[in-house]
Amino acid sequence: MTAALLSIGDNLQNILNQLSSMFLDLEDIPGKLSMFQYPFVQRALIAGLLIALCSSLLGVPLVLKRFSFIGDGLSHVAFGAMAVAAVVGITNEMLLVLPVTIITAVFLLKTGKNRKIMGDASLAMLSVGALGLGYFIMNKFSTSANVSGDICSTLFGSTSILTLSSFDMRMCVIMSAVVIAVFVLFYNKIFAVTFDPDFAAATGTKANAYNMLTAVITAVIIVLAMNLVGSLLISALVVFPALSAMRVFRSFKSVVICSAVISVMSAALGITASVFISTPVGSTIVVMQILVFAAFSIIGKIKTKG
Amino acid sequence: MANNITQISCRDLKLGYEGKTVTEGLTFEVSRGDYLCVIGENGAGKSTLIKALLGLNPPISGSISFPGGLSSSAIGYLPQHTAVQKDFPASVKEIVLSGCLGKDGFHPFYTKKQKAFAEKQMDRLGLTRLKNRCYRELSGGQRQRVLLARALCATEEILLLDEPVAGLDPKVTKEMYEIIEDLNKSGVTVIMVSHDISAAVKYASRILHLGPTQLFFGTKDSYIKTDVGRMFTDFSGGEEK
Repeated sequence: MTAALLSIGDNLQNILNQLSSMFLDLEDIPGKLSMFQYPFVQRALIAGLLIALCSSLLGVPLVLKRFSFIGDGLSHVAFGAMAVAAVVGITNEMLLVLPVTIITAVFLLKTGKNRKIMGDASLAMLSVGALGLGYFIMNKFSTSANVSGDICSTLFGSTSILTLSSFDMRMCVIMSAVVIAVFVLFYNKIFAVTFDPDFAAATGTKANAYNMLTAVITAVIIVLAMNLVGSLLISALVVFPALSAMRVFRSFKSVVICSAVISVMSAALGITASVFISTPVGSTIVVMQILVFAAFSIIGKIKTKG
Repeated sequence: MANNITQISCRDLKLGYEGKTVTEGLTFEVSRGDYLCVIGENGAGKSTLIKALLGLNPPISGSISFPGGLSSSAIGYLPQHTAVQKDFPASVKEIVLSGCLGKDGFHPFYTKKQKAFAEKQMDRLGLTRLKNRCYRELSGGQRQRVLLARALCATEEILLLDEPVAGLDPKVTKEMYEIIEDLNKSGVTVIMVSHDISAAVKYASRILHLGPTQLFFGTKDSYIKTDVGRMFTDFSGGEEK
């Protein structure tokens, strides 16, 4: 009994040692900070923040409409498409991945309100099916020398998003600008359609058109975000900021604003931290999101009691 | 503002989903200032009729016209609660304002006029004190008043109420009926869909009773005298005696 306890103690000691050595790396602060002088690091930071901002804006209506899992499903479809693109040898993967994902998104959100046809089971089927198929195709037909490395970086994001090509970068800035513009211009409509699609449609708002718009934008953001956090972790960018904000805030506007702030802050902290402690960018951002969620849950509890 | 201008006129409507007929032979009119109560059992096509009047689900055959110059998008609609709304973070003000969206063309943001109009409707329903409160923290009766104010923001001409007292306790139900009655007296046409036949007979001026076909359409007084009216009012209107 005491021996078992001792060994648990030893293990804990080990973990603590590792954690502290992780942070003791911080000695080299000036050296690490100088990383941010390089244009490609700055570009990655800008792209990361833009993606975080867009996904958090969209996250609020998606979570409220009970479409939280759409992000996950779509990203797996994007992964499958990417595998096909890699095998077929399309140099610019985006040209295949983006249309496929958009079409799937339109299909999902269109039938999404008809629960008889498109329930959660079908979404799960699509999501896992695309993932399995993509993995299968990549393993079987890929000509790359490092297949599992490729797959790992597609699923979890590259160790850094420093590999962004200038095309990716431009695409990212343009798409983010479009998403933000659409969200601001149609903010009131998005609120009305999310809160009560029947009333919105009855009073002359084209609820279906706005659903389609959301679907297309969601697909675009997900494809862009694959570079940052990889296809397995995208849902975190969509879901966490919105849920954290909802713990504390009580109006739609404050939830949207808070969610955007949380997302951008977590991405900035996550990217910086990943440089210092040499961890993958995607997972570091997600860890930040979890910490923020925990903090906001506690604040929310205190607020409702007090 | 002359009365008896026909606002909605339905001729030989046949309603249903995906080709399946739910109810047919509906011919009725709604005039300005009417208080029409649509009653019928579950599955008699009450919600199908609502969707048809709102232009969300076109009738299989027959016609719905708006001789008074209304359009289907100018009907103030009070829907039933949805599951999504139960934990939706939204303030009373945000919800009421969203009623203004359908009119005055496209504005990315609310205009001063729309904001003032929404304030007026909140005041009318006694919501001014609650305007910054969160919708999900309100009581059932307060929520209904919020949605009623939103419907009034869409139009002050005509309201279409889908089971407005569903899930409310008796006291709040009575208050809700009184609010609706006041609105009707101030000139708002009311179409109310309800299970509650005793309330229909008490408050409405006209009754439309749906079944597989139209069982009755006419004034309340003649409804009580018909066989179908007597059958339903006899066993549901006990407290009236």
